Amino acid sequence: MSKVQVPSKSQVPSKIQVPSKIQVSMQINGRAVDALVEPRLLLIHFLREQQNLTGPHIGCDTSHCGACTVDFNGKSVKSCTLFAVQANGADILTIEGMAAADGTLHALQEAFREMHGLQCGFCTPGMITRAYRLLKENPDPTEEEIRFGISGNLCRCTGYQNIIKAIRYAAATLAGKTYQEAAE
Amino acid sequence: MNEITPTAVERAERLQGMGCKRKRVEDVRFVQGKGNYVDDLKLSGMLYGDFVRSPHAHARIRNIDASKAKALPGVIAVLTAADLKPLGLHYMPTLAGDVQAVLAEEKVLFQNQEVAFVIADDRYVAADAAELVEVEYEDLPVLVDPLKAMAPDAPLLREDIKDKTEGAHGKRKHHNHIFTWEIGDKEATDAAVAKGEVTIKELISYQRVHPCPLETCQCVASFDKIRGELTVWGTFQAPHVIRTVASLISKIPEHKIHVISPDIGGGFGNKVGAYPGYICAVVASIVTGRPVKWVEDRIENLSATAFARDYHMTTEIAATRDGRVTGLRVHVVADHGAFDACADPTKWPAGFFNIVTGSYDFPVAHVSVDGVYSNKAPGGVAYRCSFRVTEAAYCIERAMDILAQKLGIDPAELRMKNLIRREQFPYTSALGWEYDSGDYHLALRKAMDSVGYDELRAEQLERQEAFRRGETRELMGIGVAFFTEIVGAGPSRNCDILGIAMFDSAEIRIHPTGTVIARLGTKSQGQGHETTYAQILATELGLPADDITVEEGNTDTAPYGLGTYGSRSTPVSGAATAMAARKIKAKAQMIAAHLLEVHDDDLEWDIDRFRVKGNPERFKTMKELAWAAYNRVPPGMEPGLEAVNYYDPPNMTYPFGAYICVVDVDVDTGVVKVRRFYALDDCGTRINPMIIEGQIHGGLTEAFGIAMGQEIRYDETGNLTGPSFMDYFVPTAVETPKWETDWTTTPSPHHPIGAKGVGESPNVGGVPCFANAVNDAFKFLGSTHISMPHDNWRTWMAADKLGLHG
Amino acid sequence: MIPGSFAYHRPKSVSEAVALLADLGEDARPLAGGHSLIPMMKLRLAAPEHLIDLADISDLKGVRSDGADIVIGAMTTQHDLIASEIATAKLPILRETSLLIADPQVRYVGTIGGNVANGDPGNDMPAVMMCLGATYQVAGRGGDRRIPAREFYQGAYATSLQPGEIVTAVRVPVPPDGHGYAYEKLKRKVGDYATAAAAVILVMAEGRVASCSIGLTNVADTPLFAEQAARILIGSALEADTVKRAVAAAEAVTSPASDNRGPAHYRTKMAGVMLSRALKRANERASSSAA
Repeated sequence: MSKVQVPSKSQVPSKIQVPSKIQVSMQINGRAVDALVEPRLLLIHFLREQQNLTGPHIGCDTSHCGACTVDFNGKSVKSCTLFAVQANGADILTIEGMAAADGTLHALQEAFREMHGLQCGFCTPGMITRAYRLLKENPDPTEEEIRFGISGNLCRCTGYQNIIKAIRYAAATLAGKTYQEAAE
Repeated sequence: MNEITPTAVERAERLQGMGCKRKRVEDVRFVQGKGNYVDDLKLSGMLYGDFVRSPHAHARIRNIDASKAKALPGVIAVLTAADLKPLGLHYMPTLAGDVQAVLAEEKVLFQNQEVAFVIADDRYVAADAAELVEVEYEDLPVLVDPLKAMAPDAPLLREDIKDKTEGAHGKRKHHNHIFTWEIGDKEATDAAVAKGEVTIKELISYQRVHPCPLETCQCVASFDKIRGELTVWGTFQAPHVIRTVASLISKIPEHKIHVISPDIGGGFGNKVGAYPGYICAVVASIVTGRPVKWVEDRIENLSATAFARDYHMTTEIAATRDGRVTGLRVHVVADHGAFDACADPTKWPAGFFNIVTGSYDFPVAHVSVDGVYSNKAPGGVAYRCSFRVTEAAYCIERAMDILAQKLGIDPAELRMKNLIRREQFPYTSALGWEYDSGDYHLALRKAMDSVGYDELRAEQLERQEAFRRGETRELMGIGVAFFTEIVGAGPSRNCDILGIAMFDSAEIRIHPTGTVIARLGTKSQGQGHETTYAQILATELGLPADDITVEEGNTDTAPYGLGTYGSRSTPVSGAATAMAARKIKAKAQMIAAHLLEVHDDDLEWDIDRFRVKGNPERFKTMKELAWAAYNRVPPGMEPGLEAVNYYDPPNMTYPFGAYICVVDVDVDTGVVKVRRFYALDDCGTRINPMIIEGQIHGGLTEAFGIAMGQEIRYDETGNLTGPSFMDYFVPTAVETPKWETDWTTTPSPHHPIGAKGVGESPNVGGVPCFANAVNDAFKFLGSTHISMPHDNWRTWMAADKLGLHG
Repeated sequence: MIPGSFAYHRPKSVSEAVALLADLGEDARPLAGGHSLIPMMKLRLAAPEHLIDLADISDLKGVRSDGADIVIGAMTTQHDLIASEIATAKLPILRETSLLIADPQVRYVGTIGGNVANGDPGNDMPAVMMCLGATYQVAGRGGDRRIPAREFYQGAYATSLQPGEIVTAVRVPVPPDGHGYAYEKLKRKVGDYATAAAAVILVMAEGRVASCSIGLTNVADTPLFAEQAARILIGSALEADTVKRAVAAAEAVTSPASDNRGPAHYRTKMAGVMLSRALKRANERASSSAA
């Protein structure tokens, strides 16, 4: 849409030239991907529109909500704030790559279902993808550490409480333990 | 045959029916990123639409020049009001009996109002093109204060209706006036207030906020020229209503319009009504012959779609000296923005605000509401509000606290004195509602005992002393709220949306092998309907929930419904589900009698089967009866096993709750820490406790956001200050408190399964509970009312005004 | 939501980057973590025609010791800084500050160079760098130079950087062992800029302030180095009265914007509150590690 607070005059710079597309290669969910992209193509749109990975979602336009979170070279990254050209050579994991090849769900995916960590499902791909990296950073996080660890992911439905339980449940599962609801 | 015969308990458990924490069916696709949301849709040849929006709050449009935009490669067309006018679509009817501009014609009335619609090959080109449309504006004086809307010299906003002295709801008394709505006994209330031993009067304002679901509003419209048929996928909480409205305004026959709501990423009332984006996408598809997608971004969502609240309530309560309320008088100024696009049932321009007597036995009451226009986004009813119940609950719960303070009575004690008593149910309030059931005193007592209320008050006294001695710079506050909700709209005698009664529906079909497909007229946006409706059916039909598929949202196959909002799915469609199931069960009983060669009356129902009374080894399971329905029905009976029910509820339902909150306020920064939040809810029969708890967590978090910082605020030039996540306060997991949930169960006597609905209760009760807690912290220093939101700076200002910063 | 078009460049060395910036002039912007620039581009508040991505320049990465200083490559992310043992050991205020910047995802990508160089008064590191007496190492076509952080900030989005120059590293003199430190930030929620924030470095000797430096964030159109406030505290034992005078001196140099975080008056007062809380914590830390 046109900008807020500024008169609707053309903001396109005087030297309009369509910049050439750029070749990018990357790994997405274990698959090699090659594409020709416009420099300004945001990674989230590249994933959703061109790679048909519609798991990561768009929930805002100011890089706050985290619904677009992917795992990028071992880091949780908001794919709406990266250009696809910056992903050249990268190793990307999205929610679609979390289950095993035979369809077995990742412990986090099971845990979110087990603990009712989702309602509308819109924040869920980004949330689980972030939780995935969080548990790699810290395999046994406290509740406070989880809250801080997912503070880049907004949810409007759950109030976070069951998301935290889900992450703790998954942490327990991944460590080979049984989840016990912690006495608060 | 299985040698091990399951017990009755095991048979019931296998059904995963009502009352159990059944895991959600929809989760399977959501946790794998395989949800099907509108923006996931890709159709061959699909185009993208994007809006040019006004930067001005009030201005005449002198000229629109779209030539540069049209010249951009990849741009197909640019629509303006001039293009829509010949089709009669430059304005659309609103749910409140007003009209709303689809594209601004001669003037704009709020910042970010839609002025032109660019259609392009892809969304990047569309964004570029929108920047290239040049619009010349001529500023007009701006009105953003609703309390000044009806001043004699207030600027004229709605030139399109300036000669209309009658609106949809009666006489208009000023060019910015929309309606006056009144209910109650004015004379008796005026008398009660005049001679009240103790009275309070306060302007209680509920700030404008926005429901802000994580997925914004969006649609894909596809018009098939050959067939003359329109298909629209969209974020529609009420897909059938959208279809009927689309037919009425486009003149395409309703049976040739296919409206589909796929997965929706949160609604909260933001996705009930129709938006210019939908209309423009439809027109664009008709004009271009290709599918057109429209997806708004977050700033557009927060600045132009259905806002919530903006109610300014002058509230008076009269009471006896010992704390018995004798009268309630409320006058409201309601700011609807530039167009009254409120999603209310037709006869209720102020929604169900007359629930404002709340949980208390007021002998007399009177309410009047003046709706006014302003240079702000249109709407009013949204955000988990049950048609203005959030406003009413905030009003009465704040007012009761203010009254308690004036009387020198503890706020919980004042409530105990005035709560409607159990024996009074069904209770007819002074403002005309018949509350169905409740045991309020039990609930409040339970809440108070659970948190140790008396100990908390004792602690508070100690801390107040410590504050006075300078030993601490924190103030402790205890908030109490006891709310009564009115949901489940509603009976046809008084509830309709654009003339369609607010019944709802269920169509259930059992297949020969005993599995089920159920289609409902409601539409989940995260409430778990695929899971919970199946639970109702599992219990009613004796078939496992896992064998029951629930579908919603496709208007071709789902029976007509009014959609999901106002917590109405369980009370209305849930009832339809039970009623349809009972029709099936009745037929199944006859089949069973035929197969067992007994009379119908010789059979009794036992969890998943009909068995012969006194001879339980002779039985037929529902699964067996399903098969039989397709090949061995009694002579004269139709084969098949299905039923439809359209349920016209006899009344609304009245969930209620007792919430208690403890806060610690840092006087030197204004930061409010929520130490504890306890929520006791009574929603009648509890279908899935896990899902109920999730709803409470979510609603309380939204309430926390509202009470502690959300506002859609306009400065005096009509400029929106902060319509993005940079400023609009959506709490993260760090700020969000921990929630303690509890319950009582008072079934609704008129509902087939006794259920009342619960989705909105936490927002209704949560906001006043937080607000009362913050206010309570400052009471002992003489403060009576601090307005929301209770963000840091405002709380600090309140402390500053009380001289606490030395 | 959608940025304008631009051409993309990915140089392999500082000199290549600097040459590109010089050639392309003001139509070009360097791209570090991009989490300030890209959001602005998406709102079309910035529309560079060329982006010079610094991601492949290895010289810009890494945290190392160099004599009495720690040198932090400009492309070091907040995440890397938090994880850096040497930075945490020698400059613990940096870790504390990093953890208060944005959210986990942004910290994975956002760089120290981006945070100090773009002149956004809301960024946290500038005031901390002023407090620490850091120097920015800068490269340009005209050569390399060093600019003290305390002289770097001219106004909102206006710094001493000449056209075509980039910050290549931040050089921080290590404070003495046992120094007290704190970064106290008041914000509406995680991810928000400061309503007001104060950075304090304190060296105590026998219970008295031997040296003190104070930086203030987001309470003026630049980060503030509150020199006078710090001077008041020298030689004191941080008595209530002295702290009160220092706070008043700090408040006096603020000129915050009124915004949704609060009116200017409130934000000034909050700068004062953050300062007194930062002093208290810095003092506790200094005492606890003093011999």
